[in-house]
Amino acid sequence: WRVGIAVIAKENYPLYIRSVASQSELKFHYTVHTSLDVVEEKISAVGKSLGDQRELYLGLLYPTEDYKVYGYVTNSKVKFVIVVDSSNTSLRDNEIRSMFRKLHNSFTDVMCNPFHNPGDPIQSKAFDGIVSGMMVQTG
Amino acid sequence: MESLTLSDVEQKYYSDLFVYCDTDNTKKVASNGRVLDLFRAAQLPSEVVLQITELCGATRLGHFGRSQFYIALRLIAVAQAGLPLRVESLNSVKDLPLPRFVVGKNEAEAKHAALYQDTDSQGLYPAPGAALIPRPPGRGHQNKKGPPSSASLPVHEVVQPQAPSIEPQPEPTSPVVSPHQSPPTSPASWRKHKRQHSGGNAERQPVAASAGAVWTHFREPQSVPVTGDGMWSSHSPPPPSQESWVSFTADTPPSSTLPAMHPSSVQESTTIRTLASAATTNEIQRQSSAYDDPWKITDEQRQYYINQFKTIQPDLTGFIPGSAAKEFFTKSKLPILELSHIWELSDFDKDGALTLDEFCAAFHLVVARKNGYDLPEKLPESLMPKLIDLDDSAEVPEPAADVGFSSSPVEVTTNKSPSMPSLNQAWPEMNQSNEQWETFSERSSSSQTLTQFDSNIAPADPDTAIVHPVPIRMTPSKIHMQEMELKRTGSEHNHPTSPLLAKPPELPEETAIKFVAANTVGEGYSSSDSFTSDQEPITRQRSQSGTSPEALKVVAPPPPPPRPHPSHSRSSSLDMNRTFAATSASGQPQASAIAYPPAVPPRPLPTQTSVPLSGHRVEAEGVAGSGAGLTTTSPQQIPQQPNFADFSQFKAFAASEQPVSLQEGDKHSEGGQGEKSLEVAAPLRSVKSDGPADERPAASVSSCKVSSGPLAPPPKPIRRRLKSEDELRPEDEQHGPQKSNVTAAVLAAQPSIPRSVGKDKKAIQASIRRNKETNTVLARLNSELQQQLKDLLEERISLEVQLEQLRPFSHL
Repeated sequence: WRVGIAVIAKENYPLYIRSVASQSELKFHYTVHTSLDVVEEKISAVGKSLGDQRELYLGLLYPTEDYKVYGYVTNSKVKFVIVVDSSNTSLRDNEIRSMFRKLHNSFTDVMCNPFHNPGDPIQSKAFDGIVSGMMVQTG
Repeated sequence: MESLTLSDVEQKYYSDLFVYCDTDNTKKVASNGRVLDLFRAAQLPSEVVLQITELCGATRLGHFGRSQFYIALRLIAVAQAGLPLRVESLNSVKDLPLPRFVVGKNEAEAKHAALYQDTDSQGLYPAPGAALIPRPPGRGHQNKKGPPSSASLPVHEVVQPQAPSIEPQPEPTSPVVSPHQSPPTSPASWRKHKRQHSGGNAERQPVAASAGAVWTHFREPQSVPVTGDGMWSSHSPPPPSQESWVSFTADTPPSSTLPAMHPSSVQESTTIRTLASAATTNEIQRQSSAYDDPWKITDEQRQYYINQFKTIQPDLTGFIPGSAAKEFFTKSKLPILELSHIWELSDFDKDGALTLDEFCAAFHLVVARKNGYDLPEKLPESLMPKLIDLDDSAEVPEPAADVGFSSSPVEVTTNKSPSMPSLNQAWPEMNQSNEQWETFSERSSSSQTLTQFDSNIAPADPDTAIVHPVPIRMTPSKIHMQEMELKRTGSEHNHPTSPLLAKPPELPEETAIKFVAANTVGEGYSSSDSFTSDQEPITRQRSQSGTSPEALKVVAPPPPPPRPHPSHSRSSSLDMNRTFAATSASGQPQASAIAYPPAVPPRPLPTQTSVPLSGHRVEAEGVAGSGAGLTTTSPQQIPQQPNFADFSQFKAFAASEQPVSLQEGDKHSEGGQGEKSLEVAAPLRSVKSDGPADERPAASVSSCKVSSGPLAPPPKPIRRRLKSEDELRPEDEQHGPQKSNVTAAVLAAQPSIPRSVGKDKKAIQASIRRNKETNTVLARLNSELQQQLKDLLEERISLEVQLEQLRPFSHL
C-alpha cells in the first residue's frame, strides 16, 4: 500500500501531501523532503525530456527505511513524489508510471480551475479523490 | 337543494371560498361575478360550469346562496376529478378532492419566491396594511407546520396566506384562497412557506373568517385560492432553486430585498405576482412533483442564467474564459474554495472555460450554495451540460429576467417553481459532443440560438478535452478490408522494412487463403494459371495481404498448421502425419507435415532432395500417375494401399500443405491408383477419389475432390488442386522446400500403378498432367515460401535489433 503521495511546487515547497494515516506523517514528510534533493539532481543531470518519469529508488534514501520513493517532474518543475513501502513488491514500474500520469492529469485539472492560484495548496476534491483512490489501491 | 354533506375540510374550504366570493359581505349570497370567476378558475369547460351552475340550483335561484355555492363547489370537485356531473354524485363520491382553482399563471412563482425571500419570520406576506404587519412574523411561524394532509389535497399552492399569522389555526388542510401576497423576500421564507403551506392554509380559513376584511383585502388581487401546501411540501427541491434565485441578484419587481414585508405598496403587485406565481408554481409543482430533482434548473432560472451569460459573453455559443467566470462568481461572495469546487463540478470538459451549459450549472450550484445547500460531490445529472431548450423557457414568462447580477449579491426575487422539469433531462449529460448538438438541432428548435449552438458548438469543441465521437480515421474500413489488405500488402511490399513483402506474397499466413496461397504461388506460374485464374486475383490479394502483414509481423510463424488436417479428415490423419513426418524426417525437416507415407514403396525419397526440382520431378512423376496425388495421399494413408490412395492422397496433401509434396510423390506413384487411392480417400480427396473408382480424377490435388466420374472434369480437379495448393501454401511456408520435396517424394512414392486402362488412361493422363502442373506450382510455391521465410527471419532479426535500440533505457 502506498505510504504517501506528495506534490511539491517548483520552489520546493509542498502543494499537497497526503499519506496513509498509519504512517507517521513526519517520517513521510521527511522522506519526501530528502527525496527532493535527489530529484533536483536528476533534473539537472538529465538534460533531455524533463517530463520523463524518474524513479527514486530505495538506495537513495535512508538505507534502513524500506521505502521506495518515486519521483516525477512536470515541465513546470512541479514534482510529484510517491512513497511506497518496499514490502509492496507487487508494484510494478508501469503501475507507478500510470499513477504519475493520473496525478499529472488531475493536477492539470486543478490548475485549469480559475479559482485556483498556482502556488496555492491544492484543495480540490477531485484531486483528493484521485489521490485517495491511488492510495487505497493495492500495490 | 340536495343535501350536501361536507367534511370538515370541505366545510372550511367552502366557507372560505364563499366568503371570498361574498364580496358584498352579505354572508348569504356570493356575488355572481366572483363566483363565476372562481368557477372559471377551476379550469373547467364552460359548459361544465354552466351545468354545475344549473345543477346547484343557482340558475333557479338566480344567485348563489351558500348552499348552492357549496354544491357548486362540490360539483366542481367532481368534475375535476373526472367524474360525470350528477346530482347524486354530490354525496356519493367519497373522498373527493377539493375543487381546484387555478390562478392565472405567470411567473407568479418567481415572484412568489421573491416574495418569500427573507426570513422566516417575515411572514412574507405583505400584510395588507399595518394590521398585517404584525402578522408576518406570526405567520412565518405558523407556516411552520409540517406538510400535513394538505398534501393530499390537490390544491393549488397557496401562497402563504397572510392570514395564518393572524390566527394561528392549525388546520392544515384546508386550502383556502389565500392571499398570495408574498413579499419579495428571501427564499428562506419561501421555503418555510412551503413547508408550512398547509398550515398556513388552515389558518387562512379561520383567518379569513375572522378577518374578513383583511382577507378580502388580500384576496382582492387574488383571483383564486391557491393552496400549494401539498405541492410545496412535496417538493423539497424548490427551495434551492427559488432561494437561489433570491440569493443572487437584484431582484426585480418585487424589489425585494426587503426582508420585511412591505405590505401595501408591495401588496398589489406582489399579490398579483404571487398569485400568478403561485398558480404557476402550483402547476409547475404539480408537474414537477414527478421529477423530484433538487438540481433541476427551472426555465426561469435558466433564462436568467442565460442572460447573465450574455452579459459576460454575448455569444451564447461561445465560452466564458476562466478569468471572467472567476470574477463573476466571486461576486457571489462564496468562499473561494467552494467556488473552486463548483468550478470543478461544472467545468465538464475541463477546458478552463465555461460554455452556456456549464455556466448555467455553475450558476445553479452557486445559487444553491447560497441558499444553504451543500454542494454535491459530483455534478448532478440535471446539471450536466446539455442543450438548452429555449423552447421551454419561452413558454414560461420570465420572471427572473429582471434580476441582474449586481456586484452585490442581491436576492433574486423572481423565481420559478422549483422543479420545473428541466427540459433537457432527456439529454444525457454529455459533453458537448457533436452528437449532442446534432441531436439538438434535429429537434425543432424554436430559437435561432439552437441552431447556432449546433453549428457553433461543434467547431468550438475541438479543444475540449472531451471529443465528440467522430470516428473516421482509420484504416481499413471493413468495406475495404480486402482492398486495404491489398494496399497494405502492396505497400508492405514496398515497405522498406519488410523486405519480405517485396517477395511475392507468398506467405499465406492466413489459412483461409488456401486458394490464395495457391494463387500466389500460381502467380508465378503460368502453367497453373488455369487453376489460379479463378481465384487468383482474390486469393492473390488475400495471400498478399496475408503475407505482407504476416511477413512483417510473423517472421517465422509457420503458416497454418499443416494442411494435413483437412486431409486428415479423410484419410487417416495419423497416417498422414506419420507419413509426413516420415518424409520430413527423411528428407526435409521442414514442416512437411506431409509425412511421406513410408509405405510408399516407390520414390519416397525424391522428396528429400528438396525442392523446386521436386516439382519437376513431381511433374514427371505426376504424369506418370494421374493418380499421383491420390497415390501420394494413399501412401500417407499408408495403411491402405499406397497406390490406390494416390489421387486422394495427393489431394489430401494438397489440402494439408504437404499434400503437394505428397501429391507429387503420389503422382509419381500414381498410376491407376487413382481410384484406389481415391478409395483410400486421403483426407480430402479420398472421398471423392474413392468414389469414382477408376478415376484418377484429378487425383492430383484437385482430383481428390472430384468425385465425379473417372474423368473428373478438369475443372474440378483443378479446383481441387488449387485448393490443395492453397492448403499447401500456408503450409508451404513452413515446409518451403520441403513441400516440393515431399510432393516429389510423394509422387515418387506413388507407385505408378497403371490401373484402369483404356479410358482410365485418359483420365490418368489427364490427372497426370494436372498433377504435374500442380506439382510445378507447388514446387514454386515451395521455393517462394522458403524464400519468404528466410526473408522474414532476416526481417525479424532486424526488427529485434531496432527494438533493442529503441527501447528506452528503463532506468536512468
